[in-house]
Amino acid sequence: MRTVVEIKKGVHWVGAVDWHVRDFHGYSVDKGSTYNSYLVMDDKVTLFDAVKKPFKSDMLHNIYKVIDPGKIDYLVVNHVEPDHSGSIPEIIEAIKPEKVFCSSRGKKALLDHYHRDDWPYEIVESGQEISIGKRTITFLETRMLHWPDSMFSYIKEESLLISSDAFGQHWATSERFNDQVDSSELMAHAVKYYANILLPYSGLVQKLIAEVKKMNIKIDMIAPDHGLIWREDPLQIVEAYDKWSKQGCKRKALIIYDTMWHSTEMMAKAIADGLIESGISVKLMNLACDHRSDVITEMIDSKAVILGSPTLNNGMLPRMADMLCYMKGLRPINKFGAAFGSYGWSGEAVKQLAKSLEEMKMKLFGAGINLQFVPNHEGLKKCVDLGREIAAAIKDSVPV
Amino acid sequence: MEKYVCQVCGYVYDPAVGDPDNGVNPGTSFADLPADWVCPVCGADKDSFSPE
Repeated sequence: MRTVVEIKKGVHWVGAVDWHVRDFHGYSVDKGSTYNSYLVMDDKVTLFDAVKKPFKSDMLHNIYKVIDPGKIDYLVVNHVEPDHSGSIPEIIEAIKPEKVFCSSRGKKALLDHYHRDDWPYEIVESGQEISIGKRTITFLETRMLHWPDSMFSYIKEESLLISSDAFGQHWATSERFNDQVDSSELMAHAVKYYANILLPYSGLVQKLIAEVKKMNIKIDMIAPDHGLIWREDPLQIVEAYDKWSKQGCKRKALIIYDTMWHSTEMMAKAIADGLIESGISVKLMNLACDHRSDVITEMIDSKAVILGSPTLNNGMLPRMADMLCYMKGLRPINKFGAAFGSYGWSGEAVKQLAKSLEEMKMKLFGAGINLQFVPNHEGLKKCVDLGREIAAAIKDSVPV
Repeated sequence: MEKYVCQVCGYVYDPAVGDPDNGVNPGTSFADLPADWVCPVCGADKDSFSPE
């Protein structure tokens, strides 16, 4: 994908589209991604961010369509993760920038990645402005959103926010703007991105949104480093982040399970029956079919997280252990939890699941349901009742 | 002396080590850190720390 797009007069998208990436350190990106970088033509020609290492030729090719890379004066590094900086050694070699702007943590991260103390680093602080000619860049540090080095760059003359990883989506497209694609699919990619990358930092997202509101800046375009640029109604994604970071829930329950011989699956369906007949929206996710990153995305607005695993070799099934490791790191809050599972002779899994839910500070419903081998009618009735009990609690705590 | 964990990024403040890069000598308890001390990894303030 080598097509430069002028996103504003004199501001060009010169990034790369990765149509074939499917795994992003454990997050499934089923429709690829893009690595966006932006070139601003001014007295000081300025390049914002770079691309993943294998795409450096795509990026340089794009830059050449606009200008000889050697004529670029400034490089701004908003975020050092290798999907945006992997090509930086070659890009710096090609453009020989006068200055490389980054946060203090950004400089440290660049040194720790590329071990080049000869680059012309220029550390900038939050609120600092630099003039590049007709335009002014204001930097805003966004520490831990989602790395310590992360920052935004705002160009006031363009009302353009270059937002690094925030507000991005993993979605490879030939279109560059939100108004050129299906909006529900776009929001589905955006919420998946939030749930898998930013969820643990939701408190900081709340603070940042308040800070940006206080700055009272005009934003008519938000250009993230992945996916589509928000041109039409750009503040819709800020409002969505406000909502997701509050972690408010719907009257919805998520039943996540794995099963050996369908006994735990029978229990999952019985719990679902109890919830559905009480008017709760339910999602059943079998870890043999559903990827951990899709499960997390469904969890973001679910009030109850109900986990099921049979016991295998005195523990839970390995896919559930994987799910719990991932879930703990992403720190969901405000949830109800419950555990269930079938066992043969020892039955440790349910206790382990309940313990994990407790560690994640979820409000537990009993010790969990542990049924031996294949559930009978009476066993399944307990499951339906658990579903009803959780449904009643959800209705009590979540307004319609 | 008790160690404290940054709830934002997971950094652990160990009084035995201090934070020499930011002028905090080894042996300084968490309580004795200056009020404007911030997490050396992510910049979170003291309120963001909990005992380990």
